[in-house]
Amino acid sequence: MSQQGYVAAPPYSQAQPGMGGYQGGFGAGAAQPLYGHYGGPPQTFNGPPTGMMKAPAPAAAGMPPPAAPSQYNPNVQQNGAHPQRYPPPAAPASYGQPVQSQYNNMAPAAPPPAQQLTNQMSTMNLGSYASGPMQSPPPSNKLCCPAAFPTSTPSSNGPADDATRTTAPQWQAPQWQAPQWPHHQWEAPPCQAWVDPFPAPFLQAPEVSSSLVLDLLVQLDTPSKQVSLGETWQGLTLPGSAGGLAGPPQKKLDPDSIPSTTQVIEDDQAKRGGQVYITNIRGQVPPLVTTEFPIQDQGNASPRFIRCTTYSLPCTADLAKQCQVPLAAIIKPFASVPKNETPLYVVNHGETGPIRCNRCKAYMCPYMQFIDGGRRFQCGFCNCVNEVPAFYFQHLDHMGRRVDFYERPELSLGSYEFAATLDYCKNNKVQNPPAYLFMIDVSYNNVKSGLVKLICDELKTLLDNLPCEDGSESSAIKVGFVTYNKVLHFYNVKSALAQPQMMVVSDTAEMFVPLLDGFLVNYQDSRAVIYNLLDQIPDMFADSNESETVFVPVIQAGVEAFKAAECSGKLFIFHSSMPTAEAPGKLKNRDDKKLVNTDKEKTLFQPQKGVYEQLSKECVAQGCCVDLFLFPSQYVDVATMADVPSHTGGSVYKYNNFQVETDGEHFLTDLRKDVQKSIGFDAIMRVRTSTGFRATEFFGAIHMNNTTDIEMAAVDCDKALTVEFKHDDTLSEETGALMQCALLYTTINGQRRLRIHNLSLNCSLQLSELYKSCETDSLINFFAKSACRAILNQPVKNVREILVNQTAHMLSCYRKNCATPSAASQLILPDAMKVFPVYMNSLMKSAPLVGSTELSTDDRAHQRLSIMAMGVEDTQLLLYPRLTPLHNLDVGSEALPAPVRCSEERLSESGMFLLENGQSMFLWLGLGSPPDIVQSLFNVPSLAHLQGNMSALPELDNPLSAKVRSIISGLMEKRPNSMKLQIVRQKDKPEMLFRQFLVEDKSLHGGASYMDFLCYVHREIRLLLT
Amino acid sequence: MATYQEFIQQNEDRDGVRFSWNLWPSSRLEATRLVVPVSCLFTPLKERPDLPPVQYEPVLCSRANCKAVLNPLCQVDFRAKIWACNFCFQRNPFPPSYAGISDVNQPAELMPQFSTIEYIVQRGPTAPLIFLYVVDTCLEEEDLQALKESLQMSLSLLPPNALVGLITFGRMVQVHELSCEGIAKSYVFRGTKDLTSKQIQEMLGLKPAATGPQGRPQAAQDAEATCKFLQPVHRVDMNLTDLLGELQRDPWPVPQGKRPLRSTGVALSVAVGLLEGTYPNTGARVMLFIGGPPTQGPGMVVGDELKLPIRSWHDIQKDNARHLKKATKYYEAMANRTAVNGHCIDIYACALDQSGLLEMKCLSNLTGGHIVMGDSFNTSLFKQTFQRVFSKDYNGDFRMAFGGVLEVKTSREVKVCGAIGPCVSLNAKGPSVSENEMGTGGTSQWKICGLNPSTTLAMFFEVVNQHNAPVPQGGRGVIQFVTQYQHSSTQRRIRVSTVARNWADAQTQIQHIESSFDQEAAAVIMARLGVFRAESEEGPDVLRWLDRQLIRLCQKFGQFNKDDPTSFKLSESLSLYPQFMFHLRRSPFLQVFNNSPDESSYYRHHFVRQDLTQSLIMVQPILYSYSFHGPPEPVLLDSSSILQDRILLMDTFFQLVIYHGETIAQWRKAGYQELAEYENFKQLLLAPLDDAQEIMQTRFPMPRYVDTEHGGSQARFLLSKVNPSQTHNNLYAWGQETGAPILTDDVSLQVFMDHLKKLAVSSSA
Repeated sequence: MSQQGYVAAPPYSQAQPGMGGYQGGFGAGAAQPLYGHYGGPPQTFNGPPTGMMKAPAPAAAGMPPPAAPSQYNPNVQQNGAHPQRYPPPAAPASYGQPVQSQYNNMAPAAPPPAQQLTNQMSTMNLGSYASGPMQSPPPSNKLCCPAAFPTSTPSSNGPADDATRTTAPQWQAPQWQAPQWPHHQWEAPPCQAWVDPFPAPFLQAPEVSSSLVLDLLVQLDTPSKQVSLGETWQGLTLPGSAGGLAGPPQKKLDPDSIPSTTQVIEDDQAKRGGQVYITNIRGQVPPLVTTEFPIQDQGNASPRFIRCTTYSLPCTADLAKQCQVPLAAIIKPFASVPKNETPLYVVNHGETGPIRCNRCKAYMCPYMQFIDGGRRFQCGFCNCVNEVPAFYFQHLDHMGRRVDFYERPELSLGSYEFAATLDYCKNNKVQNPPAYLFMIDVSYNNVKSGLVKLICDELKTLLDNLPCEDGSESSAIKVGFVTYNKVLHFYNVKSALAQPQMMVVSDTAEMFVPLLDGFLVNYQDSRAVIYNLLDQIPDMFADSNESETVFVPVIQAGVEAFKAAECSGKLFIFHSSMPTAEAPGKLKNRDDKKLVNTDKEKTLFQPQKGVYEQLSKECVAQGCCVDLFLFPSQYVDVATMADVPSHTGGSVYKYNNFQVETDGEHFLTDLRKDVQKSIGFDAIMRVRTSTGFRATEFFGAIHMNNTTDIEMAAVDCDKALTVEFKHDDTLSEETGALMQCALLYTTINGQRRLRIHNLSLNCSLQLSELYKSCETDSLINFFAKSACRAILNQPVKNVREILVNQTAHMLSCYRKNCATPSAASQLILPDAMKVFPVYMNSLMKSAPLVGSTELSTDDRAHQRLSIMAMGVEDTQLLLYPRLTPLHNLDVGSEALPAPVRCSEERLSESGMFLLENGQSMFLWLGLGSPPDIVQSLFNVPSLAHLQGNMSALPELDNPLSAKVRSIISGLMEKRPNSMKLQIVRQKDKPEMLFRQFLVEDKSLHGGASYMDFLCYVHREIRLLLT
Repeated sequence: MATYQEFIQQNEDRDGVRFSWNLWPSSRLEATRLVVPVSCLFTPLKERPDLPPVQYEPVLCSRANCKAVLNPLCQVDFRAKIWACNFCFQRNPFPPSYAGISDVNQPAELMPQFSTIEYIVQRGPTAPLIFLYVVDTCLEEEDLQALKESLQMSLSLLPPNALVGLITFGRMVQVHELSCEGIAKSYVFRGTKDLTSKQIQEMLGLKPAATGPQGRPQAAQDAEATCKFLQPVHRVDMNLTDLLGELQRDPWPVPQGKRPLRSTGVALSVAVGLLEGTYPNTGARVMLFIGGPPTQGPGMVVGDELKLPIRSWHDIQKDNARHLKKATKYYEAMANRTAVNGHCIDIYACALDQSGLLEMKCLSNLTGGHIVMGDSFNTSLFKQTFQRVFSKDYNGDFRMAFGGVLEVKTSREVKVCGAIGPCVSLNAKGPSVSENEMGTGGTSQWKICGLNPSTTLAMFFEVVNQHNAPVPQGGRGVIQFVTQYQHSSTQRRIRVSTVARNWADAQTQIQHIESSFDQEAAAVIMARLGVFRAESEEGPDVLRWLDRQLIRLCQKFGQFNKDDPTSFKLSESLSLYPQFMFHLRRSPFLQVFNNSPDESSYYRHHFVRQDLTQSLIMVQPILYSYSFHGPPEPVLLDSSSILQDRILLMDTFFQLVIYHGETIAQWRKAGYQELAEYENFKQLLLAPLDDAQEIMQTRFPMPRYVDTEHGGSQARFLLSKVNPSQTHNNLYAWGQETGAPILTDDVSLQVFMDHLKKLAVSSSA
């Protein structure tokens, strides 16, 4: 086989225009500048495909096995197993899969008689898994409880014509079965269920096939009274208090009756937690992110690396447009793998480098089908047939599988790494190990606050813990030090020196590094000199009066240093104030609260143009990641200052009004985590897909020079990027949809590697399949990121409007196409998306989107940028904080107490609650907290004795204190960022801060409660349906 | 009066002045017909151990545009206590302090033997001397080590209160802070960016020095405290010694096939900017040590690609030297800036290849700094020369002076046309400034930022008396040189030399004028004019001009019958002049063949500043012959002097060549000198060595010492200098025992003279 393929197209090249079916897609306009409806304009669409269903799931817990169990091995990842155009010539029947013709016959056929799940009907409310419009009518054996449909019957109680009734079809949510409304009597457990219309062999993961049907009391406005969304929907009140209500005041809607996130999480944990998740099935929906489960890679990337909004793509662009469910994957290429799972294998093909498809350059993976006795392979992505290089040749077994299938990670696993050859290196040179540069602002503020000393002291111990490759004694990472105020000070810490040397560069207009040798050093070698330096730095600037700082030159210095040393690396910048000194990137205060809620609000989020933009490019080109630690005492224009970090895979940490006593530990924990993170440098990533769809939009802390190559100066274990897909063509149900995410990066040892993540998805002509395999957490991650990007270009109001519209649209589409016809007043939610509204509502109340003048512009910009780099776990937690009651702790138990819903109603006066969202952490103490708890936690007799600004619990020797502290530290450990613990007493002023995280309640800054939002969405849905 | 020889000698000893003519023609027309202009070589700070400076200030003529200094030639009315200025005839009262003046009680400046007198000015603050080392770190390890040692050694030679600073450069420029303890601090500048002085000062964190009314720093003492970069030697010598010791080679890697990046231009700019901001108008020496050409940034002379060689004369003539003009312009601008501030720049260039002296020469030429060129810092040539920069005179003072301003005042019949030497014009117009410019003209004041006792300027004058105006009866043309300078002891001093020459009517007294001709001075002066022209004109044009001048002079003063070359005769006072011209034509000052542009610049640099004796050596090297036949004797600089049984010692100022004749060389090889019975041979071998040693002791810069023998490759130094009286072209000399033939097509002195005679007597010329 010719190796010309990758030689001619080095890894840094752009998309090859001649690449098969992608041609059109690489042209203009792949990226849409404006925020449009998701699932936007249709792609060319060539009629319905002759799809087929596949991949039945193993029986889910608690379910009877499907009547007709799969007759073939669900492992679709086997090489050569795909029924494609090049069927293996030999032994097809023995392949463990059905004969192809069988498939083709089955798809168009009428569904066979459904499996009646009568044994379950008595115990649970089965959500509807409705047939789409294309389906043949549901079989007549539909089970229905007529009593459960009181919806259209006017209630004598008054507002019944507006009200619909809930038939909470929860699998395991008993509280749903007993709504507390006295006037809505449930004769029996509302039991309406359709048996899935699909033939049993295709019944997949039945637990997600339910819908939530929810009766809501919704104020029905006439369409003419419909008001513009962004302004007033937040003001939508509970029916009981709304003036425009048709009937007399409604009794309060029971909050327990609406879907509960905590419950969903708990259920999933109970059902799937702890079970090994084997990634051998195409389109398999993983457990929720909040669930803890081990993963076994058997041909698809683990959900730690890739999660999708849906695991069953619609076959056509029309369908995609119809449902408006965004098709996206959230990729966390460096996600940390727990110790009990195998780390990624590194495949080394020596000098030839990884084997790739000649046409689309996809890397060897389980989707490559070996044919012709193993002499050739067909690419699963572009169908191109390639020669197998001689050294790689291997015979096929009787199933058409290579004999060495299990010996080669790239044939049997979803995620693995290739050792890259020189062709994949910058300038075809061996890479140097990366470097960490610590750049400390030594202006007056930072010196005075004691920060400089704190950092210097910490660095001494911290640098011993630099990340190192498994197995190596010490880290290969080099370190360097810079201090700066208006000018920059570089330090020569060469091990041969007795004293460090300081070099001042005051030419900030054109930055350069004054020295090479001795600037970036091995910490172990130069330890003595570095100690000496770190001891002296705080003293040297102790008398400094300089309060002006520069910023851009600091980053430039870092880039130049890396350029000179020919390495990539990371800058740790500890910065205090807005850079006002005369230098490139000088900023002025442009904070203007008057702009909030106007069309110009977007300017608050837009970075200032010019030098910052250019700087990001330079950083990325050099592989210079920037982590910014901000210690502002006032507005510092985070939108601009964080621009470079947010394009280079860096993080921004912000400590308002930093004080060593209260924030020191918080900051140091962040710093430690940040330094020790596993990380890859100078990364370039490409997401390849099989024909029919392609990646169009990319969100994350990334930089893109063209429409396909994702460049990141560095990518660490917490950075995720979200990729949206669009249809190019019709997808086939038979072959499904494949994606391969290839990340070329430099390890902390300076080796160049390719990390490959493969994932296969189902395709379906049935929208119901799509809704069934949706994942709310991923969806909300996508929406959060796209909304955060959209507010750069559009008024926040519009963005919110679009979010609500799309929510309504997605749900109404489900209602229209998948759910059983029912009264319009019923809100029917797909089971997989039943808590979607609460997240969506929370998203709209999040700082960037809420449009409140009470929030600082910097905080909003900061949060906006953080969201852009977040993974699914992070957005989930951010948008639905975890509220854990601590007052009735079982001190002896290992388990964490179950979190409760984020609503004020769940708080109790005598309780104590811990709330955390990955960014902040609060310990809320009810006024009536028992004194003994207060005593054992704080060592004070009562709450009144509590000190004002505590940031940590005192270390007391009693089981409760130990337990609570261990819970807190356990949570801190789990999160990417450290959080500052704020202790809040009920009815104290700081409680306001705490309350804004109770996302089910009405927001202080203007934002609807969950209930109101649900009502509103329901109204929108009804409008859409009419 | 004795002979003119004695008169000339006496004048030189007393006033440091050698005039081309010691009788001046009384009219402009006649003066121009003399071919060699009325001019002089003036050594402003000629060492005068017998002249103690007076502790008061000079008395000045009160006329605003005159301000001449009271001198022995002034008419004094002791009774009225009035003196008449002999330049403007203004009558001035003596200042009150001169109240006791009388016939018998005259101040020194009125005594004839004090025609040159030195005053010490007491007012004004004294500023310490400043030495700013600018060190190239792109050197070989060995070179750098040697340089570091030399620099460390030099700290012990500096006056303890002198301020010292250190700038190092390679790819970057580092200004070292000297006052700090603990971490060694330095400010770094990019080597490629031209910065204004203001930017440099800002970046160094210097507050712009408040300048007083006279442009003197008001707060020099404050500046001393605040300027971290210039510190008294006694305070930082330990620190600085360590710093120098730790100095590393430029750490930036130099890829194969590249030159190291050397930011000489920016380094100098920073040095100049630093001094400008802190100590304007205070004596300061920037001492630049380079091991190669500037390869980046402003002032770059050659790119860093080794495959592109540095410019040669050939490139320059073909206008193919890419960086030449730009670099020259850059350094010229910097030199002028430096001169304005009264600082001087020394260049110590030690490299085997050229190091860009051609472009950088003006730095030293315009500021009075030294240029020293050597092969390596690890040679005694550099080490001793550098040491000699800090040599001291009989008083224990450094032989250096700073910030000199030379003012020339002339009596009415004479005006000053210009000066050639290490000076810049101060553009002082006045009644004594001639419209006719020669050298640096159009002014009566020049600034010489760095001076030493041998610094000599050529000054050109013009007689402006009209032809029909009567010769001032008994009158004399008077010229007063007033040199204000900062003595190395940091005192401000003023030295005044007043000289007068008699007028002579050229029509009637031409023989007198002829006999007053100082052919040595004239040769050097004409050579300076030639070198000055050569800087801007093509070589052949200069030679042609020199030839024409020589022919015209011979026509004017030679005795001959028309068109009869054999009848041509020159009087004794002109007899050596053609020979000087012959050697000058062959000298490296005018011939660029066999010399790199850097070498030419180097030779010319020294030629236009040395005193007459040294200059003459440069024009016509001295050749001594050592033999068993008698004591060492000076011999003709001629190939006929190269004999088998002689040892020759040639001094060209830049080189000292000891040449062993064929036989001597054989004897030496055979080791006869080791044998007791050939003690006399040993003595013979040692004699020239001792003499050479003696010369080297006093010479600045140290000459290159060459010990060679007949047939040795280094014998070329000798062969290229001697008059090629025997060449392969006039083979009749072969077989004779006299001398050695030189393989050259150059004309010999004989041929030269024959042509000269022919042209001089030709009626058509």
